[in-house]
Amino acid sequence: MFDWRWDFTWDILPRLIVATGNTLLAAGLGYAIAVVLGLAFALAQRTPYRAVTVVVREAVEFVRSTPLVLQIFFVFYVGPQFGLRLSPWTAGMIAIGLHYAAYLSEVYRGGLESVPKGQWEAATSLNLSTARTYFRVIIPQALPPSLAGMGNYLVGILKDTPMLSVIGVAELMHTANAIGSETYRFLEPYTLVGIIFLLISLPTATGIRLFEAWMRRKLGMI
Amino acid sequence: MSYLEFLGQYGDRILSGTVVTVVLTVLAALLAVAIALAAGLMRLAPNALVRGVATVYIEIFRGTSLLVQLYWIFFVLPLFGITFEKFTAGFVAVGMNLGAYGAELVRGAILSVPRGQWEAALALNMSPAKRMWRVILPQAVLIMLPSWGNLLIEMLKGTALVALIAVTDLMFQVKQINGTTFQSAEAFGTALIIYYILARFMLTPFMRWLERFMQRRLGRA
Repeated sequence: MFDWRWDFTWDILPRLIVATGNTLLAAGLGYAIAVVLGLAFALAQRTPYRAVTVVVREAVEFVRSTPLVLQIFFVFYVGPQFGLRLSPWTAGMIAIGLHYAAYLSEVYRGGLESVPKGQWEAATSLNLSTARTYFRVIIPQALPPSLAGMGNYLVGILKDTPMLSVIGVAELMHTANAIGSETYRFLEPYTLVGIIFLLISLPTATGIRLFEAWMRRKLGMI
Repeated sequence: MSYLEFLGQYGDRILSGTVVTVVLTVLAALLAVAIALAAGLMRLAPNALVRGVATVYIEIFRGTSLLVQLYWIFFVLPLFGITFEKFTAGFVAVGMNLGAYGAELVRGAILSVPRGQWEAALALNMSPAKRMWRVILPQAVLIMLPSWGNLLIEMLKGTALVALIAVTDLMFQVKQINGTTFQSAEAFGTALIIYYILARFMLTPFMRWLERFMQRRLGRA
């Protein structure tokens, strides 16, 4: 097909596969940050202190409605202006972790709100502390309805990792760009990146759908 | 340099970048709506080939990154003899990407129009086209409008990526300003605030208005 060179393809494939490892690492690390931080954001919006609730709510809204690529630049370049240098990886993980924490906090919020009020009343009548109520009673019940949304954002974060290339994180896109500028061939590297993404994200999405169905059956939600 | 001086000196460029971003978003949105409608309807077609084409399109564009698609359209398509000017490549990539997400919204909304509406249209002897256009779609639009609000915000955010192929949008301008002044907090911070204002105080209220407008049109207000 149109000047596609297989020898070149085999030459660059090992480099792209190594870079795929970095892409998966970036997505995994970013997601781990987002899962924890997102829960903190969701819980912070349920405190009785109105100031905290409003500030966190607006911050989440702000992060959600501005471009991730701009946030990555912001985190990476604003630090040095105030004497704080971050490596591309650190800045990238902070930016992407924060961005998806904002998304996940909305998912958790929905899950937390779906727990019946009676559960709270029961926990109160058993004299459980607030922390104990959350971690032993509420969150375990809020998690299953949140899983679908969490899975979607896992695929989402994977597909957003190419944006980390703009500050020099050596993931797939960055490697493809490097190959392109060394060899002036763009067809193979960019097409391969697309195929690699499809090969990762389609099975992941299917796996998440199956897991979700299994979870529903297991919990008797059908 | 104080922030006011910064704005005084670079305000014009930031403003022109904002205009480009808004124009890109509008063009990408129009394209995405058209694609979503076509691909969404194709997904419901009785013909397996038509369905297959739409499914492949949707899976490819939802399964890879917008950035990958943008680079592919801009750097690889010319090798096949299809050359887009960078501005066009920008909104085409964003529109095609979000159009794939929109197609699933269209499909879902059409399927969730109550069955009785289909049967009633059939009983009135409407042609399939007329039934879709006059009965089903208007109700489907009402169902999917809230989700389109989110999608439009994604579209606005997606346009920031076109700066990477040197379209002079807001993102591009502040990147240039940052490169010459090193006032990163001012440059990127201003852009963040502008994107936020566009999303929160223009796009969201517009979608709310559109929802109310459609509800009135369908006599559900």
